[in-house]
Amino acid sequence: MSQTTIRELELTHDDQAMLAGDHGPAKAMAMRIVVALARVSQAPYLISVESAHIDSCLYHGQAGLDFAEKLVTLGAVVSVPTTLNVSSLDLMHPGLVRLPAAETAAAKRLMDAYVAMGAKATWTCAPYQLAGRPTEGTDIAWAESNAIVFANSVLGARTARYGDFLDICAAVTGRAPYAGLHVKANRVPTLELDCSSIPTRVLNGDAAWAALGFAVGNQVGEEVCILTGIDPSVVTEDRLKALGATAASSGGVALFHVAGFTPEARAAGSSWPPAGSPRAEITAEVLRTARDALTTATVGETLDAVSLGTPHFSLTEFEKLAEILADGSRFADTCTVWISTSRDVLAQAKERGWIAVCEQAGAKLVVDTCTYLVPILSETVRTAMTTSGKWAWYAPANMGIDVVFGSVEECIASARAGKVIRDESFWN
Amino acid sequence: MSLSGTESVVGFLAAEALCFGNAEGEILVLDEALSFWGGTNLDSGVITDIHHPQHGMSLGGRVLVMSASRGSSSSSSVLAEQIRAGVAPAAIVLGVRDAIIVLGALAAAEMYDNRMPILLLDDAGLAALPRTGSVRVVASESEASVSWEVANLLGADALTEGPQTAHPLAG
Repeated sequence: MSQTTIRELELTHDDQAMLAGDHGPAKAMAMRIVVALARVSQAPYLISVESAHIDSCLYHGQAGLDFAEKLVTLGAVVSVPTTLNVSSLDLMHPGLVRLPAAETAAAKRLMDAYVAMGAKATWTCAPYQLAGRPTEGTDIAWAESNAIVFANSVLGARTARYGDFLDICAAVTGRAPYAGLHVKANRVPTLELDCSSIPTRVLNGDAAWAALGFAVGNQVGEEVCILTGIDPSVVTEDRLKALGATAASSGGVALFHVAGFTPEARAAGSSWPPAGSPRAEITAEVLRTARDALTTATVGETLDAVSLGTPHFSLTEFEKLAEILADGSRFADTCTVWISTSRDVLAQAKERGWIAVCEQAGAKLVVDTCTYLVPILSETVRTAMTTSGKWAWYAPANMGIDVVFGSVEECIASARAGKVIRDESFWN
Repeated sequence: MSLSGTESVVGFLAAEALCFGNAEGEILVLDEALSFWGGTNLDSGVITDIHHPQHGMSLGGRVLVMSASRGSSSSSSVLAEQIRAGVAPAAIVLGVRDAIIVLGALAAAEMYDNRMPILLLDDAGLAALPRTGSVRVVASESEASVSWEVANLLGADALTEGPQTAHPLAG
């Protein structure tokens, strides 16, 4: 009468040896979890992954630390190149994150545990901005929703939605269930979003892309869509980063395609969207509605902070910001501009002189973590502005503040004025 | 509860085991999907999502029924932490194969030897569950089920009526 949990999961001799403890207790523990998840997701077998990106290094409590330290105690070492997502601390700027001492110590122990297992101390939510990123068609085990959607969509690598615990188990075993977006058939778009009525002038502004991502997430939920009618010459990686991060927040998007640009859409050519796919239209009006849905404060209000770099600011975003700030005007004393980035991109931007330009204008840099995850912004902040759809989505609930979503030009003009400025010409 | 006595009627549903374990507790059927991360308190197991209709209710010790999944993959860590702290549900009955929920329970089982059973039911099974009262969850290699005692107002014959109850030994 009761069903059994034993599925026809096919394990190789090596998988079975790991499970049996022949490769040590750490691999056995990690393999138990990989195999259990493969059964839950009804995978027929396991596949090898070429890299892993770990989100479990963000501190959520004792259990996450116990899990990592148990693996370390058992002798766990990652078996594939492994990068680490943001943590709860900024190790380069001690004291910047205002966590209680006990939590700071636990968060640091968690970071140390993952480094001890051989993961690289990258501390970034944008591992795709690092050298050696995955290539098209390769299987990887990445966690962090924005990294997942970027790897799948922009790089054409294949990752399911990995999360806490499973990410490190895949890294330690080098194996993952053959399921989800590892399966080619699951990567074909099931609906078309026609963007042809949005003026290219609007799509040539960065902020349109986070707004587009918000609309995509609302429209498709967890489905795979293809965006059509976009001039490929206006598409950049930074813009797709913004689209994916926001779509993975407002919806559960882990893969989207852009006709004529992203690798799988280019390979499919005119065969995508598949015949008979449902079609919906995204207009400039939809983008303005998205912008306003990501905004809880009103134009003219006093602005206390600006947050850039969710996901982490890229080298090209620093270049553009340094150009905007080149005239030398400073931000209002009452408004602090925060830029979150990786230590790797920080070093490169520093070399090029862009960090100095940002700091001369009054900006403050954050690395290893993010401004909406842990207390960094002053407790007196009531209203903050951001170019990030993801930050705008999470900040009001996480931090209890009002938020305005806007372009980097609007953010900088507002930071200089100390109040929210909107430039409608970007949106029409 | 008496499973084999002639005077008691038992509701019974076969399920699929996603995580092994045995538990008993008051049932709590969620009216909407819930994200453990951002939607529940890490230390108390209380629903903190102000948009959730059951905001303020405690998950601790309940047999939690969730027909759909929602939310961040960090929910695995939150559930594992609640299991560690003893404020997690006694068991979870799901309507979907939610890897995030399952991972939280699997990780806790590896660390604390505290096995929170997770079952999968189809829509008909979810609809057949009682809305109140104590239920028992069994999830092992050989058996996976939810059972509960039904008020025996109609006499023992009631167990033969209706598709939603059956004697556990009858299958």
